[in-house]
Amino acid sequence: MSKIEKIFQRLKTKEEGALIGYITAGDPNPKITPLLANSLIRGGVDILELGIPFSDPIADGPTIQAASLRALKAGTTPNQVLEIAGEIKKKQEIPIVILTYYNPIFRMGLEKFFRLSKKYGVNGVVVPDLPVEEANKYREMAKKFEVDTIFLVAPSTSEQRLMKIIKSSSGFLYLVSQFGVTGARETVQDSTVELIKKILPKTTNQIPLAVGFGVSKPEHAKLIVKTGAEGVIVGSAFVNIIEKNQKNINEMLGLIEDLAYKLKESTK
Amino acid sequence: MSKYPIDGKYGKYGGRFVPEVLMAAITELEEAYNSFKNDTDFKKDLKYYLADYAGRPTSLYYAENLTKKIGGAKIYLKREDLAHGGAHKINNTIGQALLAKRMGKKRVIAETGAGQHGVATAMACAVLGLKAEIYMGVEDIRRQRLNMFRMKLLGAKVHPVKSGSKTLKDAINEALRDWVTNIESTYYLIGSVVGPHPYPMIVRDFQNVIGDELKKQFLIKEKKLPDVLVACVGGGSNAIGTFHPFEENLDVKLYGVEAAGKGITSGKHAASLGAGSEGIFHGMLTYVLQDKEGQIQNTHSVSAGLDYPGVGPEHSFLKTLKRAQYKTATDKEAVDAFCLLSQEEGIIPALESSHALAFAIKIAQKMNKDKTVVVTLSGRGDKDVEEVFNYLRGKNE
Repeated sequence: MSKIEKIFQRLKTKEEGALIGYITAGDPNPKITPLLANSLIRGGVDILELGIPFSDPIADGPTIQAASLRALKAGTTPNQVLEIAGEIKKKQEIPIVILTYYNPIFRMGLEKFFRLSKKYGVNGVVVPDLPVEEANKYREMAKKFEVDTIFLVAPSTSEQRLMKIIKSSSGFLYLVSQFGVTGARETVQDSTVELIKKILPKTTNQIPLAVGFGVSKPEHAKLIVKTGAEGVIVGSAFVNIIEKNQKNINEMLGLIEDLAYKLKESTK
Repeated sequence: MSKYPIDGKYGKYGGRFVPEVLMAAITELEEAYNSFKNDTDFKKDLKYYLADYAGRPTSLYYAENLTKKIGGAKIYLKREDLAHGGAHKINNTIGQALLAKRMGKKRVIAETGAGQHGVATAMACAVLGLKAEIYMGVEDIRRQRLNMFRMKLLGAKVHPVKSGSKTLKDAINEALRDWVTNIESTYYLIGSVVGPHPYPMIVRDFQNVIGDELKKQFLIKEKKLPDVLVACVGGGSNAIGTFHPFEENLDVKLYGVEAAGKGITSGKHAASLGAGSEGIFHGMLTYVLQDKEGQIQNTHSVSAGLDYPGVGPEHSFLKTLKRAQYKTATDKEAVDAFCLLSQEEGIIPALESSHALAFAIKIAQKMNKDKTVVVTLSGRGDKDVEEVFNYLRGKNE
């Protein structure tokens, strides 16, 4: 059982949902990322998700697009993001998931990417523009270096594809809550609740289900966990705090910890 | 080669590297296309609109004055500039808009660089009663302000794109983001042989009309096949439409011409095949301009239509097979060819097509008089007159 799966199992016995917190690594600059990670962890995040900034993030809304741009302007590279993960891992037990578009991995080479991921203690990888059909070699290499492959399912995913995606996934399954790109939203749609209920019977006892895209408030997390999902993924809400407090790092770190704490409490 | 794509790929190129949300939509599109493409009514509709609305077939013109001036092979022009809207883009937009209509989609979105594809989409949607929304980078709007007004005049809504480099690649990003949000109601009408499968195949099939007509017309005029075909390559749709019907005719040499901008060594160019490397971008594995970390790079060309850091996967395949060769022309060479054709033949070519023309002139000079070169004149240059005016003024000052 992988480290990510163990976390989900442990939380299940405590009847808690997992809080997965996302930030774009290198935003606003690479030095601050480990500090932000500490704040997220102190607030209670169960799994840390670090994004590798990409020039053309087609699945992301304005918030994470802007974060990617800031990180790239600060000179952040894929190698550096993996090193930052390693730095965090030296002091923290927390599982780390890397989120990246496929081209930076393709450019680095699958073998090197997963070798470095293992070296720096990365536990799982999410690639929003890599569907399972194109992922055979990717999965082989991930398996060789014992890194979980977290695939996404969407409201439009057919049942047949869902089964295929579940078989290809390890760690957890990432459910895209609704049509659209990433970004904080005001409410959780009824359709999201229906979607979770539809998917859960297929994933139960197979793989933990975590829900992301638009999840930004404690009440969202609470509803999603109550509906039965094993985890929630929150990204843009944290990134918004980073964007608004670039001039005051202490304020930024405090607000990140606060939000993580409130979100975590709502998953209990 | 006509058997490609196989499972969405041209050799190793192409594929479907898209967010999971889009997988159902592109599968639906592929199924719809495969069922309609051989449907008698669909083919009849397409033929009707291409002939009576778009003005096809376009002529194959022997550029006698230019040939005499150059003093080498005979130069023919496939006159896509005479198609409705002034470019080859209408071949694809009519085809895809008919497909969208058959699929029951009422809203069509598209990206545009120079504005030609946006205008052609707006036209096709106007005539077929569909709602068109066009994404265009603000940098391109600055360069092609009148094209934005043309789209509005044709009833389309234009969304200015302010993200990234504010050009074609960002307009595609924004269109994709719209599509993942409005997938059930919306048809994404992509303008070149790029993007995830089945788009490169669909756009190629609709653009094949260029090469099919050219082949017939040339056989009548010269009783043989041409020795050389030349077309410009941004995403590469007019080039694939020209090349594809000749891919099995191995004696016909195929040349694609990319934008070298201010010169390849300057870094300010758009030569994905000439100076790029393999990468994954906009849903496809293909040649892209990227840095060593895999970040997509900004491009430069005097012609907005070639200003794109990727290229259709079938071109990457033809390059690898060495079936087609890919060359470049600089801004300056393109502007020179633009002026030369205007003066010699009274035809103002699009700056995009001027790149093809610039290379065709070079190669024709070295060929015997009994040889033939056909250049696909993908569009007319009225839209570029101001850009060329500014370019020449800047150079003279």
